[in-house]
Amino acid sequence: MSMIKALSAIAAMFLIAACSNSNDQQTASAATTSVAPGTVGDFRQNVGDRVFFDTDASTVREDGRQTLNRQAEWLKKYPNYQITVEGHCDERGTREYNLALGERRANAARQYLIAQGIPAARLKTVSYGKERPDPVGSDEASWARNRRAVTALE
Amino acid sequence: MMLPRRTTLLGGAALATAGIASTARAQLTIDMTRPSFEPVPIAIVDFKGDPVGAQMAGVIRNNLQNSGLFRVIPSSAYIQKDVDATTPPRFPDWRSVGAAGLVVGQVTSVGGNIKVDFRLWDVVTSQQATGLSFTSQPNNWRRLSHIISDAIYKRVTGEEGYFDTRIAYVSETGAATNRTKRVAVMDQDGANNRYLTDGKTIALTPRFSPTLQEIVYMAYGENNGPARVYLQNVDSGRRELLGNFPGMSFAPRFSPDGTKVVMSISENGRTNIYEMDVRGRQLRRLTNSPAIDTSPCYSSDGSQIVFNSDRGGTQQLYVMSASGGAERRISFGDGRYATPVWSPRGDFIAFTKISSGGFGIGVMRSDGSGERMLASGFLVEGPTWAPNGRVLMFFRQQPSSGGRAGAASLHQVDITGRFERQVPTPTDASDPAWSPLIPQ
Repeated sequence: MSMIKALSAIAAMFLIAACSNSNDQQTASAATTSVAPGTVGDFRQNVGDRVFFDTDASTVREDGRQTLNRQAEWLKKYPNYQITVEGHCDERGTREYNLALGERRANAARQYLIAQGIPAARLKTVSYGKERPDPVGSDEASWARNRRAVTALE
Repeated sequence: MMLPRRTTLLGGAALATAGIASTARAQLTIDMTRPSFEPVPIAIVDFKGDPVGAQMAGVIRNNLQNSGLFRVIPSSAYIQKDVDATTPPRFPDWRSVGAAGLVVGQVTSVGGNIKVDFRLWDVVTSQQATGLSFTSQPNNWRRLSHIISDAIYKRVTGEEGYFDTRIAYVSETGAATNRTKRVAVMDQDGANNRYLTDGKTIALTPRFSPTLQEIVYMAYGENNGPARVYLQNVDSGRRELLGNFPGMSFAPRFSPDGTKVVMSISENGRTNIYEMDVRGRQLRRLTNSPAIDTSPCYSSDGSQIVFNSDRGGTQQLYVMSASGGAERRISFGDGRYATPVWSPRGDFIAFTKISSGGFGIGVMRSDGSGERMLASGFLVEGPTWAPNGRVLMFFRQQPSSGGRAGAASLHQVDITGRFERQVPTPTDASDPAWSPLIPQ
């Protein structure tokens, strides 16, 4: 962790230079005002740390593939991060089945990242089933956001 | 504090019991095979001789009333105010308050122990229906009350009771996004609650061993560690990992003889069912599919295992041999079927059903026929059987609102779908597991 903090500090020193360097997409440059490249915050805001799944499904969708492609590029650029892909489900399933479904989703995202060239040794998986909702809500929109695989960095 | 497992009952002797009343109007018995019956009206007088006697009567009243099979007559209605525990009551007085049964008792101190005598009078026939005498440590008064409740239940229904049992469950506290989930154990009526895990990581799905000495459950490791199955001694708290596999292991359940634990292990997106020998820790694979095979549960005789699998596209129930193989699907209704649990009597399998209308708790025969729903709601899940196979417990969760987790609570329901009631818990609660009768 201390190494990451140090990296963040160094990156922060180049923040202004990075921002003025406008090769990035419009959306990305608009969001980079407060996070340094190469930080977890950068990954979350500018790359996207999660992909979403259809009900009871673990196939990575087209929108998810785009996110995972960006993740793979970023992770190759910053090879010091270890990665845990967390699988999650909405609350409309039973607890034990959802643990297994979350594992299947985490595994699907992990396999995709491996196929994009991320070494398997960098990638762990963990399933939280329906135990860690984000966002909290009992409606279709919340459930859609909860059927997710989150790429967590450390 | 838990009771010592042994020597809780220093002596238990049956007092003389009369034969079962043979008159056609004998109202102290319930024919449980009939589709409907009236609750048995029963009066339970505070036990005499010691302050704990009133508390014992309170526990017994609560048990019997909650079963739905009895209607406890309030003491304010009693005509005979002073009832001796050993001599016959004034039966006409009890008939006129509508009682079919009358429970009386006496608590006396005997050299540091308490001696409890109780009698159930059949008010209709003016005879003693049953009676028991116990000597035990004073702090066992609650357990003695449950044992007496079971004796009354058995005398009236002809079936074993379920009051001298415990419930393991998951206690839930804190914010919805980072909820603390701890394994807890309490008496069947909610008393003597205590926690078996510290809450640092999520712990789920506790299940009792047949002796009640141990539980198995799933818990996450610290620092994002994967989920593993743990075996824990209920009294000492000592716990150990039940196998350390590369993937997640979860959904554990003991075999009826306690020698094996069946569980799921995930590997590269596949989840299969394995059996582990508890003593030797040998692992044996029972299913081999690319699907999710989970929530395994042994039949009461240990010869078969029921589980749910999405191998056919959606979650359905399957039965296989306990040594693996001969897998066959048994659920064919609309919707998804999950969390099958085999009745201790072997006749039914209870399950969670998910359909477009919401969640339900139901039962079917072990061949899949005769499906009946017992409870439904936004989210109901995880049935578990009372040891007599007459009552089920499960949990309900309300929808979340305003970013707060919906309330989760334990409920019990009769196998006919009647008498649903909430089981009191100190916190929100889910994942109940009903123990067998506590060994005496």
